[in-house]
Amino acid sequence: MAASPKKPRVAVWKFSSCDGCQLTLLDCEDELLAVAGAVDLAYFPEATRGDPKGIYDVSLVEGSITTAHDVERIKDVRKRSKALITIGACATSGGIQALRNFADVKEFISVVYARPDFIHTLATSTGIADHVAVDFELRGCPISKKQLVETIAAFLARRKPVTPSHSVCVECKLKGNVCVMVAHGTPCLGPVTHAGCGALCPSYDRGCYGCFGPMETPNTVALSKQLATLGMNQDALHRVYRTFNANATAFREESERHGG
Amino acid sequence: MAVRTIKVDYLARVEGEGAFKVTVRDGKVQKAELVIFEPPRFFESFLRGRQFSEAPDITARICGICPVAYQMSSVHAMEMALGIKVEGPLRDLRRLLYCGEWIESHVLHIYMLHAPDFLGYQGAIDMAADHGDAVKRGLQLKKIGNEIMELLGGREIHPINVRVGGFYKVPKKRDFAALTERLKWARDAALETLRWVSTFDFPERSRDYEFVSLRHPSEYPFNEGHIVSNRGLDTDAAHYDEHFEEIHVEHSTALHSRHKGAGNYLVGPLARYNLNFDRLSPLAQQAARGVGMGTTCTNPYRSIQVRAVETIYACDEALRIIENYQEPDHPFVPAEPRAGIGMGATEAPRGLIWHRYRIEADGKIAEARIVPPTSQNQPSIEEDLREYVGGWLDLPDEELKHRCEQTIRNYDPCISCSVHFLRLDIDRG
Repeated sequence: MAASPKKPRVAVWKFSSCDGCQLTLLDCEDELLAVAGAVDLAYFPEATRGDPKGIYDVSLVEGSITTAHDVERIKDVRKRSKALITIGACATSGGIQALRNFADVKEFISVVYARPDFIHTLATSTGIADHVAVDFELRGCPISKKQLVETIAAFLARRKPVTPSHSVCVECKLKGNVCVMVAHGTPCLGPVTHAGCGALCPSYDRGCYGCFGPMETPNTVALSKQLATLGMNQDALHRVYRTFNANATAFREESERHGG
Repeated sequence: MAVRTIKVDYLARVEGEGAFKVTVRDGKVQKAELVIFEPPRFFESFLRGRQFSEAPDITARICGICPVAYQMSSVHAMEMALGIKVEGPLRDLRRLLYCGEWIESHVLHIYMLHAPDFLGYQGAIDMAADHGDAVKRGLQLKKIGNEIMELLGGREIHPINVRVGGFYKVPKKRDFAALTERLKWARDAALETLRWVSTFDFPERSRDYEFVSLRHPSEYPFNEGHIVSNRGLDTDAAHYDEHFEEIHVEHSTALHSRHKGAGNYLVGPLARYNLNFDRLSPLAQQAARGVGMGTTCTNPYRSIQVRAVETIYACDEALRIIENYQEPDHPFVPAEPRAGIGMGATEAPRGLIWHRYRIEADGKIAEARIVPPTSQNQPSIEEDLREYVGGWLDLPDEELKHRCEQTIRNYDPCISCSVHFLRLDIDRG
C-alpha cells in the first residue's frame, strides 16, 4: 500500500521478549485493517518486509534491554521517534527475564549453554525507561487489546490514553465478581496490581498474579500481612511478587522484604 | 576466487529475529547458517526454585504465539512427576484449547506470514489491497481460534486458566452455544483456505526428511502419543533424551537438536501429516484429496497446504469436543507435591515440544529442560537452504534473498521460542 504523506508513520520495535505484545496488534482482527488504513505501518517486521527509514510519529516498543547492542539500538529508536510508547511488562520493567537481576548470570548461562563463551548478554534485564525517555507505558503481560487500540487512537488524536491506574479490585467490583480472597480465602495480588486485564483471574476463580505490575501507590505491606494470614510463608511471599514484573520497584522491594 | 555477497539484516514475517548467512565460493554453496542471536532469557535457569504449580504460567512466556504448547507440555510433565492422570472432559478441554491455538497460529502463518511470499507482497496489509476478501476471511478465521482460547483460557495470549491437574474454572455446556455456530463458519472458511492456497505456484522440491511427531492410537496428535518417525523410531516422552541430543553451535543462541546416530530431523505440520494422515477426520482427509494432496507430502513449500488441512481438522475436532462435552464435577484433579521426575511431549503448531522437570519433595523445581520445535528444525532449515540455494545462484540478489526468506518461512520458525534475530547474509565468496 502506498504511504500517504498525511498518514502518521508508526513503527513496531522488538527487544528481548516473547513477541506476544506486538502479536496483540495482529490479534485486533476487527480493527487491524482500519488501523492500517488510518496510519502508515511503516516498520513492523513481524508482519511486513522492509527496513527502518527516517522518523516515525509513533514507535511501539516491545521487550527489555539485555545486551550491549540493545542499549545502542534503543537510543537510535528514540532518535527516530516523535512519540515512544512501551508495550508490555518486558519493556516497562524488564519482564520475567529480569529474574537474572537477582542471580548470578554466569551461573544462569552455564545451566542452559554448553559453551558460555558463545553467549553475550548483560547481567541485567531492564525496562526501556531506564535507558531513554518514554512518552507512555502500556502495562501487562501481555498488554490488553482494548488498551492498545485506545492508546494508538489517543496518540493519533493527540490526547492522553484512558488507561486507569487503579487496582484490579476496582475492576472486580465493576464486574460484580465475588472477592476470591474474602469469600474463598484465595491469595490474590488484585489489591496492589494495576488494572487493565478486566479482572481476568478472579473471574476464573483464581487469585490475580500481578501480570500488569504494581498500581499507583500500592500498599504491598498490608497485602503481604493478609496473604500471610491466609497461609503463605516467607518463601511464598518472596516468590509471589517475583514474576513478570519482578523488577518493578514496588514488587521488587516487597519481594526483598521476604527474603533475598 | 569469485566473490559475491548478499545481505539481509532482518528476516521479516517470522516470530522473533534472526539472520541468515550463505557462503558461496566459485559458484558453489560452501556453508548455510541460520544465525540466531536473540539474547537468551534463561527460563531453564530461573525455573529452579519455583513451585511445580508455577510452571504453566512461567513457561507460557517463552512464546506469545504458542503459549498453550508450553502450558500443555509443562502440565503433562508435572502430572507424570506427581503421579496424577487427567482424563474425561478435562482431557477433552485441553484438546479443545490446543485446537484454538492451532487455528490462531496456523491462520496467522498462512494468511499473514506465508501467503504474501506466494502472491508477491511485502505483507498481509499490502496484500489486502488486492486480496481484501481473502485477508478478511483469514482475520475472521484467526479470530475464532482466539475466541476458543479466550473462552477456555481467559485470554488468547498467555491464558490464565490452565493449571497442573486441569483448569481453574471449566465452562458450562451453554457457554459454547455461540461458539458452535462460529466454528461451523470457521470449518467452511478453513476448507476455502485450503482451496485458496492450493492455487498458489509451488516450486517442485522434495527432500528425504526424517519426520518426527507424536502418534496416538486413535487421534490426530495434540497432547498424547508415542514419539515416532518414518525411519522406525518408536519411543515416548520419558525416553526422549535417550534418542535426541542438543548441541550448542557458535552462530545460534538456540541449541540445535539431533537424532542420535541419525542426524537432522523435522518436526511440525509436515511431520505430523506424513505420520498421521490416517488419524485426520474424514472431512480433513477428503479435503486434502480434493485438492490433489496424497497421504504424504515431502515438499516443504507445500507446508502451507498442510497447515490449511490441520486448520480444517482443528475446527472439526473442536466441534466434536463441544458437541460431546459434559461439564466435569470438578475443574481439576488435585495434586500433592512429591519428589519425582516428569516429562511431557505435545504438538505445538510448529511441532514437537518436550519438557522435563525434576521436582523436590516440597514441590520445588530442581531441574528444568525445554526443547522447543524451532531448535529441532534449525539444522533441517539450514540443510534445505544449502541444497536449494545452489540452484538459484543465477538470480539477482533481491530475488535470491526473497527465495531464501520464503524457504525459511516454510517452517514458520518461532525464534522467540528458540531464542531470536533473522538476518540474511549471503557471502558469494
